[in-house]
Amino acid sequence: MKIRIIALIIISMTIQGIMAQKYMTKTGKIRFYSDTPMEKIEAVNHQVNSALDLSTGQIVFKVLMKSFEFEKALMQEHFNENYVESDKFPNAVFKGSVIGFQTIDITKEGKYKVEVEGDLTIHGKTNKVKTAGTLEVKGGKILAHAIFEVKPKDYGISIPTAVVKQIAETIEVTVDATYDKMNQL
Amino acid sequence: MNLMKRLPVILLLAGLVQGVSAQDDLMNMLGDDKPATEYTYATFKTTRVVLNHSIQSPAKGDLLFIISHHFGRLNQGAYDLFGLDQATIRFGLEYGISDRLAIGIGRSTYKKLYDGFVKFKLLQQSSGEKNMPVSISYFGSMGINSLKWENTDRVNYFSSRLSFVHQLLIARKFNSSFSLQLTPTIVHRNFVPLKEDQNTVFAMGAGGRLKLTQRMSVNAEYFYLLPGKTADEFDNSLSIGFDIETGGHVFQLFFTNSVPINENAFITETQGDWLKGDIYFGFNITRTFTLGRK
Repeated sequence: MKIRIIALIIISMTIQGIMAQKYMTKTGKIRFYSDTPMEKIEAVNHQVNSALDLSTGQIVFKVLMKSFEFEKALMQEHFNENYVESDKFPNAVFKGSVIGFQTIDITKEGKYKVEVEGDLTIHGKTNKVKTAGTLEVKGGKILAHAIFEVKPKDYGISIPTAVVKQIAETIEVTVDATYDKMNQL
Repeated sequence: MNLMKRLPVILLLAGLVQGVSAQDDLMNMLGDDKPATEYTYATFKTTRVVLNHSIQSPAKGDLLFIISHHFGRLNQGAYDLFGLDQATIRFGLEYGISDRLAIGIGRSTYKKLYDGFVKFKLLQQSSGEKNMPVSISYFGSMGINSLKWENTDRVNYFSSRLSFVHQLLIARKFNSSFSLQLTPTIVHRNFVPLKEDQNTVFAMGAGGRLKLTQRMSVNAEYFYLLPGKTADEFDNSLSIGFDIETGGHVFQLFFTNSVPINENAFITETQGDWLKGDIYFGFNITRTFTLGRK
């Protein structure tokens, strides 16, 4: 009897261990790009925090706005000071889930097309976002890639008329992250 | 036996609870990854508080073109369009050699003054692991008065044309909209008109800005001359204005009682009484060109 209980607990723990497939990165990359005939603005952040749970399909991102690096120092200053107001809203956050995560077999290397859906919070405003992307199993790691568009207007980021020609209405955002498996007990 | 029956329920419940809080769990896993030390930026919108230099320096590889106008006195009346018929002008260039070191040159119509300066960041305000309450920069400039000598009977030396300014710019950004700067100043003129005149003058400057909107602030600046002959004969400089930032340009529109634009002159040679209406309208326009890429 006792042995059976212990065995059950061990089995259930093992199952949970297999099921909790949590992956994490602190060096994800997010690049955004604004293109108008007047000016091209590009910024990249190499210190994106993200976690992915392949047992539930849940995915989260936490992006420190001050870590975006621009080509021009003045752009970076304006981005933080005037547009996203990094002092007030230090992080952008995404909480969502991967649709179709069940098809991913982490024991086999390969690339999977998935969709990601969730809530994106920038500048204190939250919007629903849905985008296509890929997840790739490679060498025990998960590589994520997605491109989507963000409208500053949707996040309460106003662009003054004086620079309306320099900043695109929709900003292209590219996400690249390489997740390492979390070691769990 | 009881336990055996309940075990699957317990396991199921545990699984459910885990499912519900999974997103927050994941979020918590990420933690709060603030950088160890956060450096303060944009204490002022541009390199001037109003007339005097601010703690801001051009970033490495940035070239600033700055053009300044001080028009005539407002109390001249409508005939001179309240002073707009006259102007004292300075145009200058400033360049960031590194994020700490900036140099600049300029030329002003006032005494046909050429000037050159260096600005070096000694301390940068920061919070976090490295906590620094203020930013401090050294500012040093040299002016060359290039007017023709009035008195040609005596021997005139080139060195007599020179004047020097040494300042410490001590600034603190209190919050995203309010910044203050204290500016202890030494002005040295190699040549002064009279024997009794002070070659070296000490002054204390104070300036600040308050942001009204994201891209606009109200700025004020005052220079107090320490007691002496200069303080007796000249007025303390007081300027109040607005900064308006539009992308690569910053417009500073202000009222001041100082005709001279350079710190070599406006601190020690201001003659104008605000209360009598000796007020000059003026502006600075700063344009940033990014030459070096980060």
